[in-house]
Amino acid sequence: MNDANPLSVVALRPDLAAIAEWIQPGKKVLDLGCGDGSLLRYLRESRNVFGYGVEIDDKNLLSCFYNGINVIQNDLESGLSSFESDSFDYVILSQTLQAMRHTEDIIQEMLRVGKQGIVSFPNFGYWRNRVQVALGQMPISKALPYHWYDTPNIHLCTLNDFEELCRRCNAHIIECRVMSNYRPVHIFPNLMGMLAFYRFERAK
Amino acid sequence: MQDTKSVGVVTPQYVHIDKPLQLKSGATLDNYHLVYETYGQLNAARSNAILICHALSGNHHIAGVYADKEKSFGWWDNMVGPGKPVDTKRFFVIGVNNLGGCHGSTGPTSIDSKTGNPYGASFPVVTVEDWVDAQEKLSQHLEIEQFAAIIGGSLGGMQAMQWALDYPEKVRHALVIAAAANLTAQNIAFNDVARQAILTDQEFYGGNYYAYDTLPRRGLRLARMLGHITYLSNDSMAAKFGRSLRKDELSFGYDVEFEIESYLRYQGDKFTDLFDANSYLLMTKALDYFNPADAYDGDLSAAFQAAKASFLILSFTSDWRFSPERSREIVKALLDNNLNVSYAEIASNQGHDSFLMENDHYHELVRAYLNNIAV
Repeated sequence: MNDANPLSVVALRPDLAAIAEWIQPGKKVLDLGCGDGSLLRYLRESRNVFGYGVEIDDKNLLSCFYNGINVIQNDLESGLSSFESDSFDYVILSQTLQAMRHTEDIIQEMLRVGKQGIVSFPNFGYWRNRVQVALGQMPISKALPYHWYDTPNIHLCTLNDFEELCRRCNAHIIECRVMSNYRPVHIFPNLMGMLAFYRFERAK
Repeated sequence: MQDTKSVGVVTPQYVHIDKPLQLKSGATLDNYHLVYETYGQLNAARSNAILICHALSGNHHIAGVYADKEKSFGWWDNMVGPGKPVDTKRFFVIGVNNLGGCHGSTGPTSIDSKTGNPYGASFPVVTVEDWVDAQEKLSQHLEIEQFAAIIGGSLGGMQAMQWALDYPEKVRHALVIAAAANLTAQNIAFNDVARQAILTDQEFYGGNYYAYDTLPRRGLRLARMLGHITYLSNDSMAAKFGRSLRKDELSFGYDVEFEIESYLRYQGDKFTDLFDANSYLLMTKALDYFNPADAYDGDLSAAFQAAKASFLILSFTSDWRFSPERSREIVKALLDNNLNVSYAEIASNQGHDSFLMENDHYHELVRAYLNNIAV
């Protein structure tokens, strides 16, 4: 039973919309670090998707409540022990991987709990980032809006780096997309992509 | 100044139920009455009812005041009222005193029609399941087929869970606050020390103290003092009392010296005027016995297969009597059954009692959750 007030579907942030495109209707989704819950709400209202969000921040949690989604307050660093193996069609980790301490563990947990994992992250190999590093400074940009000393991002990587982690975690990459300024990019992804999106599954 | 968010003056109501209630223990209550209060208006579709279940020492008086008694605010007046998180402008809210209680529903102080004397020790042991069955009879009396929500903290949260298990069609949402799926050994131990304090009081007379025109005051007082310690946290006691003394110097005796002693003794004394010792014994037993997983070889997820409601589970960081870990066990069982569930772990230093306290974040979460319930 869904009691949430029927609200018009709000325009999703383009990076979340890109993830939503990958989700088949009627499936079951776990959104890790779900923020204010707008992706889950969108998926429920437009694709009849059932799911749960996991969020640690009190303010975000309250927004999730107002969005009427299922949300569990939990620290992702402590793993996903509340969730059974193979219990979700998709496990999403949107722009959170780079801020996590236990990077490899969370990928392994996503592979355990979900049939497919979806990860998005700011690509450190984006050309503007490379230019700033070449000029002798840590990059600051739309996707990386922090100073080196106040950033929550402790594990930044490039597309190549992430693909290497996938191999290490025995994850088979199904699909990769990149975006720049919220528009799809099709050439030299590791250079031209500001945001990276990967869909993967356990390697057979 | 008048509190515009108060439900104002309220009057308790009674219902007499003339059908036998089969209890889990095997005993039967031939007939009984329940005292309850309601706030707000039941809508035409009868779809906006919320039942609030009380905890160990609570009762049916949840919100508002009594006309003849100043400051007689209900025990959850900060939560329930017009414009409050449980908004009586939207919802029809019901509070009911549980069987075995001492505030108007049939209990040990009531007269047993068979003997003409108070039930006393002969009042049967009641369980959370029995309470829920009796509450369901009240819902029939009020012609409410389905509750928009059932809400409870602590022992009240256990009733909210039990409702979702026993009457899945009648509960759309269950709000389970600072509760657990069963008591730990430590919790049962605290309860038994409290019971022993009462049972070994010389004025207890095997539970029939009414006949002797006396009360097991010392026992009930000790039971409450012990309980009260466990409802607070070390931090909140340190902040509120620390090592403060009543007088400036030590007296090297056993009279009240520290502020905490004074506070606990006051709480204990006050409680003996308000609560019946036999009821206290019964309530603690209901807590001890609650264990829905029992019938499923300890598998809580299997127990929740029957449930259909959506759940909100809330815990408080400093609650060591019903810790967040215990709430997460409930969440896990709900997740395993693909039920709608949200869970928040609320930062608070006030221990188990946090669920009764004003806390902006806590109240906002409840408000936001209930806001999404269509009525």
